[in-house]
Amino acid sequence: MSNPLVQQRPRIGEGIIKLILISAAAVSILTTFGIVLSVLIPAIEFFSEIPLPSFLFGTEWTPLFKDGSFGVLPLVSGTLVITMIAVLVAIPLGLGSAIYLSEYAPTKVRRVLKPTLEVLAGIPTVVFGFFALEFVTRVLLVRIFPDIDIFNALSAGLVMGVMIIPTVASLSEDAMSAVPSGLRDGSYALGSSRRQTALKVVIPAALSGIVAAFVLGISRAIGETMIVTVAAGLEPRLSLNPLEGMQTMTSFIAAAGAGDLATGSIQYKSIFAVGLLLFIMTFLMNMVSIRLVRRFRQVYQ
Amino acid sequence: MRQFGLTIAALIFLAGCGGGLEGKVSVDGSSTVYPLTAIAAEDFHKDNDDVQVKVGSSGTGGGFEKFCRGELDANNASRPIKDSEIENCRKAGIDFALLTMGIDALTIVVHPENDWATCLTTDQLRAIWEPGSDVNNWQQVDPTFPDLPLRLFGPGTDSGTFDYFTEVINGDEGASRTDFTPSEDDNVVVQGVVGTRGGLGYFGYTYFEENADRLRAVDIDSGAGCVTPSAATAQDGTYTPLARPLYVYVSIPALARSEVQTFFDFYVANDAYIAEGAKFIPLNEEQRQILRTEYAELLVQAKEAEPRV
Repeated sequence: MSNPLVQQRPRIGEGIIKLILISAAAVSILTTFGIVLSVLIPAIEFFSEIPLPSFLFGTEWTPLFKDGSFGVLPLVSGTLVITMIAVLVAIPLGLGSAIYLSEYAPTKVRRVLKPTLEVLAGIPTVVFGFFALEFVTRVLLVRIFPDIDIFNALSAGLVMGVMIIPTVASLSEDAMSAVPSGLRDGSYALGSSRRQTALKVVIPAALSGIVAAFVLGISRAIGETMIVTVAAGLEPRLSLNPLEGMQTMTSFIAAAGAGDLATGSIQYKSIFAVGLLLFIMTFLMNMVSIRLVRRFRQVYQ
Repeated sequence: MRQFGLTIAALIFLAGCGGGLEGKVSVDGSSTVYPLTAIAAEDFHKDNDDVQVKVGSSGTGGGFEKFCRGELDANNASRPIKDSEIENCRKAGIDFALLTMGIDALTIVVHPENDWATCLTTDQLRAIWEPGSDVNNWQQVDPTFPDLPLRLFGPGTDSGTFDYFTEVINGDEGASRTDFTPSEDDNVVVQGVVGTRGGLGYFGYTYFEENADRLRAVDIDSGAGCVTPSAATAQDGTYTPLARPLYVYVSIPALARSEVQTFFDFYVANDAYIAEGAKFIPLNEEQRQILRTEYAELLVQAKEAEPRV
């Protein structure tokens, strides 16, 4: 029997495992660097031909046409309008489901509901896209708004909102369930109702997790491609009217990338310029959210 | 928009297979004709592993430049060769002949409930589609049409259909208004027009045939009265300017090479099958006889020519 307190000879297996784990972590970091680099280089070439201000503030985006314009605002507005609609759907419904699951639902109900909700997250987005076009637009929205475009921002945004409900609900619920039960007990002991406990004690305590859930949901909405490509139309239009068709940054990238643009042409590089802008936008959003999470974080021992 | 990409439709080296025929056939030219020759190359390759048929789509003009420098064995063309191009070919000593391989026809489609736009003139189409057009209501097309928003759907800028339409309607290849829903997927145009009462779109005639129960085709008047798009009106040339022959210009010295000849033997013998595969309208019987007779004469000339690699 060896004495566990006496140092043994170094174990080679330990070193190998460590190496494997480091390389596992390195793959994702290197991939990120690779993506940034491969987007950055053509994007820089793009900006050597198209001045940055006319890209950022131009109001017409027609890069694939003869004598095209390279003003990215219509794509940005399309992305923001559709994301906003999705957020307006997903945050109230997602947070509501989370509060119900965490604070109100009996264990039996919760055991069935939560996995069911998560099934929604497993539906391929292209299926959501056709659902938006064929059902939400053709069957529902035309009855409410007879003048709605067949490809419109509203249906894409609504369905995208539904798509991200599970992300928001599930992560928020995890954060709320993790709040120590002592806090709830204390609140009840002071005579609070369930609603007061949920809104005034549990949510503030779980806020950093809930904010993280929102940010993840919003990031998914901004990056979502298939629903908008199928249901929102492919016409870049600078408009805030959700009943019209719009093109988002992602659906431009998908549509232009699927065509056969000549490598090295300005049209081809415009894909990367849009990609870079999208990357910067989501990156800034993540930075802001990390700040928010730090500020609101409450630590319980 | 011009396409610079050179697509290698068939490129496989498999030693010891096939009938022992080897070599390279290079074709370039019009992006409209490209699918036809590309399908021919694909089918041909199945039985001729060792022959590489490269088909590019640099545009009719770009193709003729290469063709008349002797870099190509054949050039796909969506228009007859120009005098200046003939001159270039003559200087380089390249004798060539024209084969008509199939017919391309575009169809303007509207919503099935659209009972007003039964016939549109090419001028009206131009007013709708020209760059900077502000026609957004059917009444602007014709005062007798209803006051209904006009929504447009069309092929994306990479497609030969877009090139063809803009060239014959707007008079300049690639020039188009930009505020419409473009898609490389014709099905998006179908969905758009089917779902929009004031919708209008265009695509190849054979794609309309497949969706004829959901859409209505518009007759076209280019000055000689309204003509309904159909295989017959496209073949006899009355459905103009939205139907036109697909040409392949073959270099006679190249045809003296057995791999080039075998490829064109196959192409000419299977013209209808290839045209249908590429979603074009095949030649009618009379046109097919002309094609075969002309091709047979060409082979006689090629026998007398010096093989040119």
